[in-house]
Amino acid sequence: MQIQPILAALKRHKAGTILIALQIALTLAIVCNALFIIKQRVTHLSRATGIDEQNIISVRNQWVGKPPSQQVSGLTATDLTALRQIPGVVDVYSTNSYPLRQGGWSEGLDYKPNQDHSTAHTAIYFSDEHTLGTLGLKLVEGRNFRADEIGRMDIRDKLGPPTIIVTRELAHKLYPDGSALGKVLYLNENPTTIVGVVDRLEVPWVDNWASQWAEQSTLVPVRLAMSIGGFYLIRTQPGQVDSVAKQVSKTLYGVNRMRVIDPKDGVQSFSQVRAKAYARDRGMAILMGVVCVVLLAITAAGIVGLTSFWVGQRRKQIGVRRALGATHHDILSYFLTENLLISLGGVIIGALLAIGMNMWMVSQFEMARLSPTYVLAGVVVLLLLGQAAVLAPALRASRVPPVEATRSV
Amino acid sequence: MFGYYLELALRSLKRSPGLTVLMVLAIGFGVAASMTTYAVFRGVSGDPIPWKSSRLFVPRIDMWGPSDSGHVGEPPDALDYTDAMALMRDHRAKLQSAIYLIAPSVIPSGAGRSPIPVDGYAVYGEFFPMLDVPFLYGSGWSADDDAHQAAVAVIGDKLNQQVFGGGNSVGKTIDIEGKDYRVIGVLADWNPQPIFYDVLDTGGYGGGDGPGVFVPFQRAVAVNMSNSGVNLCRVEPTESGFVGLQHSNCIWIAYMAELDGAGAVQSYRQYLDDYAREQRTAGRFSWSPNNRLFDVPAYLEHEHVVPSDTKVSLLVALGLLIVCLVNTVGLLLAKFLRRSGEIGVRRALGASRRAIYAQFLTEAGMIGAGGGVLGLLLTGLGVLGVGVVLPARLAHLARIDPSLLMLTVLVAVVATLLAGIYPTFRASRVQPAWQLKTN
Repeated sequence: MQIQPILAALKRHKAGTILIALQIALTLAIVCNALFIIKQRVTHLSRATGIDEQNIISVRNQWVGKPPSQQVSGLTATDLTALRQIPGVVDVYSTNSYPLRQGGWSEGLDYKPNQDHSTAHTAIYFSDEHTLGTLGLKLVEGRNFRADEIGRMDIRDKLGPPTIIVTRELAHKLYPDGSALGKVLYLNENPTTIVGVVDRLEVPWVDNWASQWAEQSTLVPVRLAMSIGGFYLIRTQPGQVDSVAKQVSKTLYGVNRMRVIDPKDGVQSFSQVRAKAYARDRGMAILMGVVCVVLLAITAAGIVGLTSFWVGQRRKQIGVRRALGATHHDILSYFLTENLLISLGGVIIGALLAIGMNMWMVSQFEMARLSPTYVLAGVVVLLLLGQAAVLAPALRASRVPPVEATRSV
Repeated sequence: MFGYYLELALRSLKRSPGLTVLMVLAIGFGVAASMTTYAVFRGVSGDPIPWKSSRLFVPRIDMWGPSDSGHVGEPPDALDYTDAMALMRDHRAKLQSAIYLIAPSVIPSGAGRSPIPVDGYAVYGEFFPMLDVPFLYGSGWSADDDAHQAAVAVIGDKLNQQVFGGGNSVGKTIDIEGKDYRVIGVLADWNPQPIFYDVLDTGGYGGGDGPGVFVPFQRAVAVNMSNSGVNLCRVEPTESGFVGLQHSNCIWIAYMAELDGAGAVQSYRQYLDDYAREQRTAGRFSWSPNNRLFDVPAYLEHEHVVPSDTKVSLLVALGLLIVCLVNTVGLLLAKFLRRSGEIGVRRALGASRRAIYAQFLTEAGMIGAGGGVLGLLLTGLGVLGVGVVLPARLAHLARIDPSLLMLTVLVAVVATLLAGIYPTFRASRVQPAWQLKTN
């Protein structure tokens, strides 16, 4: 295949050539970045929380009339007993927060009392001896809390549990060189001993600001008796989430009417919790996906349109070439090669543009740096798209009969 | 002549329906994508109080000092009780209010009715005139009520419906957390987004109907109506309970001040610095003044209230529109130059270049109008679809209104006309003699 005559022909169609190349370049730049955003979002929203999500229900219970803290403990205990009676319930506990809740309590853990900068940042989950069982957490070292070490506090009391259970990630952050078990740390200036290490448990927040310590969670053996209310987490038998969820509100209202459980989202299965926490990530990924598809479709359509025009314009020349002995295949490969040359020009500019665009977005929007794989994938997609788009007009061109050469109009 | 050009354009578009449909689709999709994301962007980044935002200020005082590792040189995101009260006491702005989130339950009168949990704010009386809060009935309370911790309340329209069945409830008594309050005002529908007066607790957006109840700040503190929003502590309070929070340097109070004119802003800045210096002398701070005074737009920017997602998607949609335009330029070029023969004949028969320009721009405009109409439909679908894709609290801010519809058509037509300029220019350069000869 000779490139020379193709280049010569393209020189006579500068405007069209430049427009297609430009369109390919812009499409590549946008598609690369969009794909990259999709990938980041999907990675983010498919992160595991470390709990047995399939069989967990979260219940938000708000007390009415602000019962004092002492009274709340009793009310909560009654609720927990009632919830355990529901058929299909395996275990229940009450807490302040859970992974993906997007709201919770955080503290710093220190090696020494009165340390200026905390050694590790951690999310605090108020727990009892039922927590590990309810959430399905895997204890890798040490022991669970004992029923007799569970304390109680009001929301404005100072948190200072004598023992804690931490995640493996947090244990490693605190004691990179050895086991964290039995070590004494300081939480709010109070000494506390690590009695257990669980495999994995995410903090309640999914946003960027918490991403540096997303796995650094601490369980404290304390029941938080909040007069405004709190959360009940329920673990059900496999497959019974829906049937249990239906009975929760009725059961609790049956125990005590002085409460509010939002009929809309007071009782949620964990899959609903997950969908809500990551709604924005999923939305962004879908949006970017739609944009990519529309862009590629438009660019393909543009290539089809312009090439069709060129084929129409050159019918006579094609006829002459055919009359002089060019085969169908020669004509076909002429247009395919022509498109390949233009596309190559386009993707080279596009790749630079994609990287430039990403660098600018990194500086503006706290985005990650684009990996070259995405640019490469985008290049391949666009080259293939170009070839596919040009195929129909090129086939039409190859069917121009040699006799066309002799027609004057 | 215009009518004739319209007819010519219509005929030409009919002659190559495939190409025409392609162009209309490209413009329609491009415009719809950018308009949909623009609608979302406009919804979330709108100025919540455009007539006054440059006169409303949020002060920040560094009461934690430079040793706080979480903030790099920036003062904390809210005020503690001590500083908020000092600022209120000194009363240096035209209007000002300390603000904190409360979540009391309201107990409706009448047997068998269950308590209603509501969200609301403890504020000073100046909050209402400062933020131009619209009242259906009555008004806010006076400085006197603030000083005497009067048991008065301003309630939202929805709570008014729930408790009193609507109507003018000023003067009626409402039971909030087991204590009687006199209703002094009923709000009209008021829920500006972003929630600029309380970014810390809400993140800037909240669904629902806006705050349901307002009570005087000092009254709320006196009756121990605890803060239901965020509180952040550098050092844990030494005392427990809500009183402990008040005596700590934990931050939990939002603050807003109205300052008219550059002079007032300047002297308020000076005042804040003097205050911090005073605190240093008193031994409370051991660092030099590190204060901020943001107006509302600067504050929303500082707190990153508009999700950067929406900015990125707006950019991507804009990119999509540009690609669509480049595409249209190419297709129009092909379409116009295919008719070189016809142009040659018109030129030979005496048509001027201007006439050619007019003819082809009319055609481009027509495609643009077609794209605009398609874009309208798709934008409508897009804005509806946003609800499926984005979280509800953001999605409900995207609205279709006449200005958006007009903008959609305008963008489509103007963009297509711009795209038509170069192809039209090429068409007008067609040499009649050459065209007539070759044919």
